[in-house]
Amino acid sequence: MQQPKRRSLFPTHIVVFLAPAVLLYTVFMVVPLINSLRLSFFEIGNQNQQSFAGLQNYIKLFTDSNFAPFFWRALRNNFVFFAVHMLVQNPIGLLLAALLAEGGWIRNFFRTIIFMPTVLSVVIIGFIWQLILNPLWGVAESMLKAVGLGAWFGPWLGKPETALVTVALISVWQFVGIPMILFYAALIGIPDELTEAARVDGATAWDTFWRIKFPLILPTVGIVGVLTFVGNFNAFDLIYTMKGANAGPDFSTDIMGTLFYRTFFGQQLQLGNPAMGATVAAMMFLIILGGVLLYMFLWARRIQTYEL
Amino acid sequence: MKTKPSSARWRSIESLLPIVILTIYSIIALFPIVMILMNSFKAKKAIFGAPFAFPNPETFSLIGYQTVTDRANFQYYFLNSATVTFVALILTLFIGAMAAFALAEYNFPASALVALYLSIGIMIPIRLGTVGILRLMVSLKLVNTLTGLILIYVAQALPLTIFILSQFMRQVPKDLKDAARIDGASEYRIFGMVLPLVRPALGAIGTFTMIPIWNDLWFPLIVAPSSKTATVTLGVQQFLGQFVSDWNAVLSSLTLAMIPILILYILFSQQMIRSITAGAVK
Repeated sequence: MQQPKRRSLFPTHIVVFLAPAVLLYTVFMVVPLINSLRLSFFEIGNQNQQSFAGLQNYIKLFTDSNFAPFFWRALRNNFVFFAVHMLVQNPIGLLLAALLAEGGWIRNFFRTIIFMPTVLSVVIIGFIWQLILNPLWGVAESMLKAVGLGAWFGPWLGKPETALVTVALISVWQFVGIPMILFYAALIGIPDELTEAARVDGATAWDTFWRIKFPLILPTVGIVGVLTFVGNFNAFDLIYTMKGANAGPDFSTDIMGTLFYRTFFGQQLQLGNPAMGATVAAMMFLIILGGVLLYMFLWARRIQTYEL
Repeated sequence: MKTKPSSARWRSIESLLPIVILTIYSIIALFPIVMILMNSFKAKKAIFGAPFAFPNPETFSLIGYQTVTDRANFQYYFLNSATVTFVALILTLFIGAMAAFALAEYNFPASALVALYLSIGIMIPIRLGTVGILRLMVSLKLVNTLTGLILIYVAQALPLTIFILSQFMRQVPKDLKDAARIDGASEYRIFGMVLPLVRPALGAIGTFTMIPIWNDLWFPLIVAPSSKTATVTLGVQQFLGQFVSDWNAVLSSLTLAMIPILILYILFSQQMIRSITAGAVK
């Protein structure tokens, strides 16, 4: 077959196909991101003039008494928020997926229901739980009393010691559908022949799961982990909705996202500070990038993907 | 078949246990949503007096919905959300498909580089560039416009869309395209020919792009907070902030905000879940 000559000339069509996507992505995502990172090395004066400040903003964020206590607390809270997701959300997601993977109409029905909160807006979820947990309405209290745990109830969202974990658990309740569906997809992808042999040999469902299925879905375990990490260190909506920009009580639910919002836009008496806001965003960028790289080099590399 | 003999009783417990766990968890997932829906149709006294009861002729009331329709501009919020979501979705799918086609179809020197460049956006959340985005929007005079929101959402959704679509486009048989090329079809024609073949993938990506756009609070709050451009998510958030103590209004507005997404979800859930699993299994 002879290639027509014109095809070897400058490939206009490739440029036409790629240009809109590359352009939009560059202008509205990459350039603003780079500009934000750049701004973290500048100071903004009273006349809105920018002057290069080196690492001043970062030093301020880590040591200045106006920023440092907030930054370290938000960082610590964010790790707690992440830990709750890793320890509660992902194991529950795995358990539900393992139970759903058997198939059948009744399980498909459960699957649809359990995924439902995940598609709703975080704002709606935040308000729903605020109402449910509100002692004034008493729904949560009556529920706990009904199962004999009435004494446990307290104004969880209002107390600094419990607010963060409560908010994290609400987030878990909403997003458990994501690990569930990813694990589920991986589990139903395992061919029957692989588990059939074990079953014939008399292995229990428990053994079959941990010895055969779980090792096969390890790549998904890693993906779920890194997605949880990125999502948690970028979270904002739920805490803003339930606890406002001040992430009360007493900043006990403050995470990086809310700290970023407050620093950038200001709060009550304090003016917003774009350069410091950009610095907080840059720290979030570094943390997320660190997590992704750790996943890529430590996890994805060592786990071999089985060709099924 | 089990070789170990075990009592029939134990076996039946074993087979029931998963269903029991799934039932309990489904109740946990559904209960808060049902509480809100149910109580939004009750008078205030019944909301507090008997929160767990379904509305009956005595307790039925639409007073909350009345307050919401009188005080909030929900119809505009819905229109704004629908416009932003729909336009962003169409643009993402079309522009994304074009780029995915180029990456899947042609082996040009920079293709790996372009793919890598685009894939950075899959992991790094666009939110981190907010300071830069707001400045850009100010200079383009796109603050408080739906256009601004649409452009941000398209940029945010493109990387993953391109990544997934190009995998699907690689599976389109080569013979088909080569035959068309011999017949003298232009590359644009061939793109038009491939597009309908990846329709299931477009549908799946569509649902996944749509939900986060519809639900987003961050960018409406920062880039388009005016009452004219407020989306449902932002509108509800602001409305609820003002009416915290009016329980009827709060429950009704939450219900109104939930209903469209729940209906869409129930209609498309089978297809949606099937497409995720199909993508993962490949």
